[in-house]
Amino acid sequence: MKVWEDIVIGERAELGRHTFTADGIKAFARRFDPQPFHLDEDAAARSHFGALCASGWHTASIWMRLMVEHQNRADEALRARGEAVAELGPSPGFRELKWLKPVYVGDTITYFTEVIDKRASSSRPQWGLMWIRNSGVNQKGEPVISFISVAFVERRHETPLGAA
Amino acid sequence: MELTPPPARFLTDWKPLAGAATVPQLAFEDFTPGRVFEHGPRRLPREEMIAFAAEFDPQPMHLDEAAAQQTMLGGLSASGWYLCCILMRMCVDAFVGRSSSMGAPGVDEVRWLLPVRPDDELSLRATVLETRTSKSRPDMGFVRFQFELFDAQRRRAMTLTTSLMLERREKAVPEAIP
Repeated sequence: MKVWEDIVIGERAELGRHTFTADGIKAFARRFDPQPFHLDEDAAARSHFGALCASGWHTASIWMRLMVEHQNRADEALRARGEAVAELGPSPGFRELKWLKPVYVGDTITYFTEVIDKRASSSRPQWGLMWIRNSGVNQKGEPVISFISVAFVERRHETPLGAA
Repeated sequence: MELTPPPARFLTDWKPLAGAATVPQLAFEDFTPGRVFEHGPRRLPREEMIAFAAEFDPQPMHLDEAAAQQTMLGGLSASGWYLCCILMRMCVDAFVGRSSSMGAPGVDEVRWLLPVRPDDELSLRATVLETRTSKSRPDMGFVRFQFELFDAQRRRAMTLTTSLMLERREKAVPEAIP
């Protein structure tokens, strides 16, 4: 992660893509979201979704995985250039998550992130906050997920005055 | 993308969903403002918390005790997405699994208030805030909930606000054309 000072509002990145399989959708749903339309093709066909589709939490969790991999690649590039690498801190939460279209078996979702705001942290002077708008688009170009999350990002370390 | 496969015994101590194919017992009309559903406590075993992180959120603060000590959270803690997934599962076991659930269009807001540690026990409280029928889909309605997860010390660790879509028992019948 770039240090907080270097984050530019409006920066956008493609994180990667993931193809959802029937086995993957069902395995996730058995653990976390065992509703008929995420578990069983026949039950899903009778539901308003019309076919087996992924839990929205599955679609969101894959975003997180791709975001972490993207950050790891970005960190390697920063180190290769000899630039400072900041720690990406925890997130206080997210808002306005929309599951815009069902994610069906065989759909390939491409995920994106965009910085929409940043502010210094008043309670933690060594940290800043960044707000990002995250999204996923299927192979037909239709948005399937979108949300706004916030995370702590480390600020640039200044050499402390009087340091020996 | 190659995902780390989950361990074979993941969550096997959780009861399998019962009654998925039976007639739903809870329909839109049963969710009246103020009604509360509670569930738990449910333990979050260390190995399952780490397995979720390895699969979906492989950051040091969720994966490795020694590395997590150096982070803001000061020790190994659950991925926020794991908590969302656990909340979902607890909802299914508490009432969604015996309801006429049609899923959800999204989530208004999630707040992760406290780090949740390995082997902590979480309890769910779901409170119905308001309900409305759908104008475009007379067979369904929206039920807005506040969900809260409490840790073993009854501290609020997470809140989630959203509307669920539920089928109506008394489907609005269009007026007959004379």
